[in-house]
Amino acid sequence: MASNPKDEILHDHNHDGIDRRGFLKCMAWAGTGAFCVMQGGVLKSYSLSAFSGLKEKQMKGELSFVQISDSHMGFNKPANTDVAGTLKAAIDKINALPKAPSFILHTGDITHLSKPEEFDGVDQLLKNASAKDVFYVPGEHDVIGDDGKQYLERYGKNAKGAGWYSFDQKGVHFIGLVNVMNLKAGGLGSLGKEQLEWIESDVKHLSKSTPIVVFAHIPLWSVYPEWGWGTDDSAQALSYLKKFGSVTVLNGHIHQTMQKVEGNVTFHTAASTAFPQPKPGSAPSPGPMKVPAEQLRSVLGIRDVNYVAGQHALAVVDSSLE
Amino acid sequence: MKRSICRLGIAGLVIILLMVAGRAKNSGFTAMEEKPPAEIKIDNFVFSPSTLTVPAGSTVRWTNHDDIPHNVVSDDKSIKSKVMDTDESFSYTFAKPGTYNYFCSIHPKMTGKIVVQ
Ligand SMILES: [Cu+2]
Repeated sequence: MASNPKDEILHDHNHDGIDRRGFLKCMAWAGTGAFCVMQGGVLKSYSLSAFSGLKEKQMKGELSFVQISDSHMGFNKPANTDVAGTLKAAIDKINALPKAPSFILHTGDITHLSKPEEFDGVDQLLKNASAKDVFYVPGEHDVIGDDGKQYLERYGKNAKGAGWYSFDQKGVHFIGLVNVMNLKAGGLGSLGKEQLEWIESDVKHLSKSTPIVVFAHIPLWSVYPEWGWGTDDSAQALSYLKKFGSVTVLNGHIHQTMQKVEGNVTFHTAASTAFPQPKPGSAPSPGPMKVPAEQLRSVLGIRDVNYVAGQHALAVVDSSLE
Repeated sequence: MKRSICRLGIAGLVIILLMVAGRAKNSGFTAMEEKPPAEIKIDNFVFSPSTLTVPAGSTVRWTNHDDIPHNVVSDDKSIKSKVMDTDESFSYTFAKPGTYNYFCSIHPKMTGKIVVQ
């Protein structure tokens, strides 16, 4: 699969990479970039310096889309004084893909402080993307001060509850979830009873061969609860997806790429387009990480996802903004 | 036109007089009651001190020193600050004795407690 074997950094899960209990961690830290192919539950990953390193075949499928995350429009601290510039660089990267993606998923923290002009700024920049449809879920920074009222008015017209929804594209079922509302003191991200019930009914009538893509802001797996990097009731949500052969979970929030495979579920977190955050536990807090200016774009990025029907394969490619 | 300038002049004079009166008042007996607020710092996603004990009637002031915004929300939602960006503050005066548990609703791992005696 790899065009250059030297680039292979992760494991063929058929062999030594797998933990016999069916639990596997493969991580690609911010800046390394990874190309992942999942086929029949087997995930292969390769490091990636640029999209150009990939064969055309690996980039093509019935459906391709891009995930961007954590654009934090309005942020202007030393970690990145030009978040509009780096979002623009991310859009240039999307527009340079060999084939225009069908749509973009934005996994939240669109803005830094939920200000109208911050939302407007992102909308304006995304108008220049080759993909015209953008599907959003909110981050905690998008619902500040108004319990998500403005977010819902802008992006949630066809959504349910606090902004959750699902849609189908080329046989893949997409589920956008909200886990940044009604957070409890001392707790993590939360989906809540009403949303959990909706998930159960939303997938009930789907055949088990339907590929599922779930996207939400805060990771739906326990990345590092000490920093709030997890969701209290995510296990309940995932229990409704057990019957499906292929489940891909896409999250943001932690401003770095990370992957994990657990049974039928592959979890991915995306890089931010605005600023990096430290590896779990490696700093006193998860606050913005200042890197030398010339390195900034190497730790920001976008993600390209390809689905090839019949192969149960979702190929996930993380790429830095360099 | 002339009349409105005149009015502005009178308004200005009134404001100055009020300011003088206010200052006189401050330097008088009420100054004894106006203690500086008890301070809580927000650094690295932590309220410190995490537990603060103050007498009833005290004002508590939170100041955010992080590059990320935070807020202060009591567990019962009766106190809700505006969002505090870097170096911004929020003050609240606790009139009644009691224990007030609070957290940052953006980063709910951040919790604190004010004990009012
Ligand atoms: Cu906070």
